Amino acid sequence: MTRRFWVYIEQEDGKVHPVAWELLGVARRLADEVNDNAVVEGILVGSHVEDLAQEAIHYGAQTVYMVDDPAFKNYLNKPYTVVLTELVKKYEPEVFLIGATTTGRDLAGSVATSVGTGLTADTTHLAMGDVKDSPKKLLLATRPAFGGNVIATILCRHHSPQMATVRPRVFTTAPRQEDAKGEIVREVIPVTPSMINAEIMEFITNEASSVKLEYADVIVSGGRGLGGPKGFALIKELADELGGVVGSSRACVDAGWIKYDHQVGQTGKTVRPKLYIAAGISGAIQHKVGMQEADFILAINRDPHAPIFDIATMSIVGDLYEVIPAMIKQIRALKEAQHG
Amino acid sequence: MFHALVSIKQVPDTTNIRIDPETNNLIRQGVPTILNPYDAHAVAAAVEWKRKLGGKVTIITMGPPAAVTSLRECIEMGADRGILISARQFAGADTWATSYVLAEVVKAIHEKDPITLLLFGKQAIDGDTAQVGPGVAVRLDLPVVTYAVKIREVNMEEGYVITERKTENRNEVIKSAFPTAITCEKDIAEIPYASLPDLVYSLRYEPEVWTAESPIVFDPAQLGLKGSPTTVFKTGTPEKHTAGEIINAAELGLDETVKTALDKILGVEGMASILGVQK
Repeated sequence: MTRRFWVYIEQEDGKVHPVAWELLGVARRLADEVNDNAVVEGILVGSHVEDLAQEAIHYGAQTVYMVDDPAFKNYLNKPYTVVLTELVKKYEPEVFLIGATTTGRDLAGSVATSVGTGLTADTTHLAMGDVKDSPKKLLLATRPAFGGNVIATILCRHHSPQMATVRPRVFTTAPRQEDAKGEIVREVIPVTPSMINAEIMEFITNEASSVKLEYADVIVSGGRGLGGPKGFALIKELADELGGVVGSSRACVDAGWIKYDHQVGQTGKTVRPKLYIAAGISGAIQHKVGMQEADFILAINRDPHAPIFDIATMSIVGDLYEVIPAMIKQIRALKEAQHG
Repeated sequence: MFHALVSIKQVPDTTNIRIDPETNNLIRQGVPTILNPYDAHAVAAAVEWKRKLGGKVTIITMGPPAAVTSLRECIEMGADRGILISARQFAGADTWATSYVLAEVVKAIHEKDPITLLLFGKQAIDGDTAQVGPGVAVRLDLPVVTYAVKIREVNMEEGYVITERKTENRNEVIKSAFPTAITCEKDIAEIPYASLPDLVYSLRYEPEVWTAESPIVFDPAQLGLKGSPTTVFKTGTPEKHTAGEIINAAELGLDETVKTALDKILGVEGMASILGVQK
């Protein structure tokens, strides 16, 4: 029997959330780990999404099951849950991965309940592994819990599919293969009145949501050490100078100094920029789990024992209100030197 | 009549959890338990709408007897009735088994006392799964609005609610019929100050206790660890990273410190072009 490793291809307004391409890479690796007639397949729901299905093939989907219908143009919990539940029942995938975005978590929790299987939320590590008394390898879904203080590996032994939501940016994007071949299977799922239990009245563009933390190359984050909301002006000045975006620890968000959209960490966003500057952030575990995969971490803190120093590539013991202005000045001087 | 049912959870305050550096074990001793912060805001929203429309607010929680303190906190905020769902058989439940119990309880309450809104926090800070709200809603076939930041309108005459929810890129305004399940962000409502009568009432408040057999009978096969499709295979502590170089501005001088750091950053291949700075 074919062992199917499924990835939900989340799209909004015809744009695929990049986590889908990360998941196709993960699913490929998991399928290779069982190495037994295992295939990677994508699930795509929307309206006029055939181009996206083709794109999913380039990123590694061998088959894409596509429900392409104007009725499914915008995401709504119930109709999408019904569609995915039907497809799961029809094809019986072994593993089903969904991005841990707001939409993905909304959908995954509903589909798992409706199908009657277990779901592991917000996973950060996935593998197929041997488990005692199980004839075949099972999905070992690992996730942080208790604010990131504990790492737990979760099994779903007797129910199928084994479902997990996966945090964006935890895994790298699958390579795009120009000459990849795959099949697009059109699925038709009739829309019934019982599927419509809510309607979208309007969309509101949210300016704060334009903070693209997850996929930023450079992030400058501020913490409690800023001493107040005004400190973020300095953080932003440095971020602007480096072409980066502003991040924050949970403490500042809880204190109301900056919006939640900027929060990095277990209850905020996971990021993996090339450069992460942590200014006045002590480095609580819940923050570290969200940024420790950055390529280069520069920590600035007055406290020489700040836990953030344990994971930083380079740490400066000093007052951020002195260090950052000096840094901005030196960067500007370097830029001027190259133009002059 | 407006009737909000809020499902809450008492959780360890994860901001206060520490790891024993010697044994790598979680130090649970002395960690305070609190009402899950998102749930507190869900209760606040329920109370806010009760003050506008009349009616009542019921709180349910599944947990150990100690969770009574969180129920009292909700009563203090202005809730009217608290139910503790507590039995040994419920222990070890994952989100699937938890949503089974809560859905049965919600159903039983709704039959006697129809529910307008079923509120949850968006997630609990100990597990962070955000799965129980949607799970209960699906079991009861209710509309569900997750990550809600605002309840715009509760129309008692026509029986609908208009909710604003936040997604990655925008906010969506959603209209749905009663009862609708809503999982709440903190923006949904400010925590109210307790009125003196509510405060006094809450101090002596003894919630009802529902068990696995009474007043409703649950299917034992769906409870607790036994009823959970997922199990914990193993646990550990996050892997440790190694600390890099530490320089001190007071020793090295400010300019030299900053120069050392920038040199190292710009020395990373490709970094200079990302930052738009050439050495």
